[in-house]
Amino acid sequence: MKIDVPGKVEGARIGVVAPLGMAAPRASARPAPAASGADLRLRGGRRLRERAIELFLLANGSAAVLIIGLIFVFLFKEGLAAFRDIQPIQFIGGQENTPTYDPELDTFTETRQFALVWQPVSDSPKYSLLPLLNGSLLVALPATLISTVIGLLVGIYLAELARARVRELAKPAIELLAGIPTVIIGFIMLTVVASLVQSITHSHFRLNAFVGALGVSLVIIPVVASLTEDALRAVPEPLRLASYGLGATRWQTVSRVVVPAAVSGITAAGILGFGRALGETMIVLMATGNAALITGNILSSVRTMTATIAAELGAVARGSEQYHALFFVGATLFTITFMFNLTAEVIVARMRRRLRM
Amino acid sequence: MRSKSLLVLVFLGFLACGGAADAKNITVKGSDTMVLLAQRWAEKYMEKHSDASIQVTGGGSGTGIAALLNGTTDIATSSRPIKAAEMKTAREGGINTFETKVAMDALSVVVHKDNPVNELTMNQVKAIYTGAINSWKDLGGPPKAIVRYSRESNSGTYVFFKEHVLGNQDYAPDCQNMPGTAAVATAVAKDPAAIGFGGVAYFLSQPDVKILKIKKERDSPAITPVAADGKSLNFEVVYSGEYPIARDLFCYTTGKPAGQVGAFLSWIVGPEGQAIADELGYIPLAKGQAAVK
Repeated sequence: MKIDVPGKVEGARIGVVAPLGMAAPRASARPAPAASGADLRLRGGRRLRERAIELFLLANGSAAVLIIGLIFVFLFKEGLAAFRDIQPIQFIGGQENTPTYDPELDTFTETRQFALVWQPVSDSPKYSLLPLLNGSLLVALPATLISTVIGLLVGIYLAELARARVRELAKPAIELLAGIPTVIIGFIMLTVVASLVQSITHSHFRLNAFVGALGVSLVIIPVVASLTEDALRAVPEPLRLASYGLGATRWQTVSRVVVPAAVSGITAAGILGFGRALGETMIVLMATGNAALITGNILSSVRTMTATIAAELGAVARGSEQYHALFFVGATLFTITFMFNLTAEVIVARMRRRLRM
Repeated sequence: MRSKSLLVLVFLGFLACGGAADAKNITVKGSDTMVLLAQRWAEKYMEKHSDASIQVTGGGSGTGIAALLNGTTDIATSSRPIKAAEMKTAREGGINTFETKVAMDALSVVVHKDNPVNELTMNQVKAIYTGAINSWKDLGGPPKAIVRYSRESNSGTYVFFKEHVLGNQDYAPDCQNMPGTAAVATAVAKDPAAIGFGGVAYFLSQPDVKILKIKKERDSPAITPVAADGKSLNFEVVYSGEYPIARDLFCYTTGKPAGQVGAFLSWIVGPEGQAIADELGYIPLAKGQAAVK
């Protein structure tokens, strides 16, 4: 079962990175010449039917591309319209009145200063994207770190160590984790985990980026684990056999031969997980407290880009300043995830080339 | 023969559709503060009027008014008056919004029950929420950093509090925005350093939450919106304005309410509707107060 012919291995590998988008067309292009050879022996009616099916599949494939294109156009059209009302500098920061309270007199004095805040409902609305970007990263980075470490260990166990019976039970169980509605995970984080984390860390904020990251990592562990397992299984069996032949133990083989050989697939898994973490909405909306702060403290409340869009877009009038600003946030988020996927694609392609030498 | 019966069926179908359009389905959308109230009003009204069908959803006052202007709801409930910008959007869309005052609500400022602070001046509340005061020590409490809870910006409570308590200043950036007053109540109940605000109705039944007394000025008496029995509201201090953080609750419609919608709204401002508001912890309209402007 484990010994694969090289061609098959190549196919499996492409399968690992296919979700990134670019590898898929290459994979589908390959079987075409073989099919055209068989064509000659087919009767006319059958050939027609095959052509029809081919066209149907092509239409479906292009529909997906078309939809992505339309989303892209719509998002940027609505988002860039923000610049009609909002100065570009406002997406970085703006002037804010900061009050100082005098407890003796029970009065206020105000000072004006440049501040990086997201405060769209205000006499002078402020649309700094920096706190939102800060929030998204402060949740997505730890979540990716947690889930890559756990996902890698789970993947190694499933691909290299687990017996077939155990794997048949464990794999669906892990994938089931990905099927839990995120609102349920958010609810558990909000009510139970947040109190637990606060009682351990004594943090100022009960709901914070770390609680959000824990919840988000639950969703992406199955993604990372399953992609890691695929990547490890795609490592050719002769590599393992050669390692054992040189006297390496099982652990040495896994840690120094198999994992390094699959590093491109594992990197792809991590980056895909990161993209998913950036896009997660419901869990962060419920578990992070949604205060738009600029901070490096993981125990601070944060407001992510996704939570901002989810919380505010429902209440804004279509075409208003805030409406376009929210679309601009969406376009920024889309651009970031797009860039990451593209980078992942380049890294993976380069590593694969190096491995082949 | 068959085609004839088919025709009859189609005709009956049309009749059924006509009938359904007659017994109009009223949709009510908006304020989360009012969602409990609006649901109870709808239930009781439907019990009395079997031909009426009313659906109530929340989402926030801003969401409700946006839906009214987009034509996706018949009645928008709102815990704040319609904004000038929304009026402008309405005029541009050729819509004439009509305001009906349906009840009142007192907002309370709450802390955890173990917090020794019992009363605050309006300016102290403003100082806390704008970020000018950051420790309970400055208010006679323990040396603990204040954890501020607020609402999402689509909520009428958020806007009302900002206008009437913060003097239209921005909230401190570290205010945590909760998706509903019930969520604020839960958060404050779990956090000894927390402060929150919202409709009194949501806090009366929370055992771990303390409703603060509010002073208009430093030398004014400290007033609580809660009656002496601790379970109901003191209407008099709200009507008289002695308790400063109270607001009107509205229903918005397009044009003067008529037909089913009109009947429902006049029932709401009538004695039966107002009794329900009282029962749920809201403040009924004062007697003699002009209900429909």
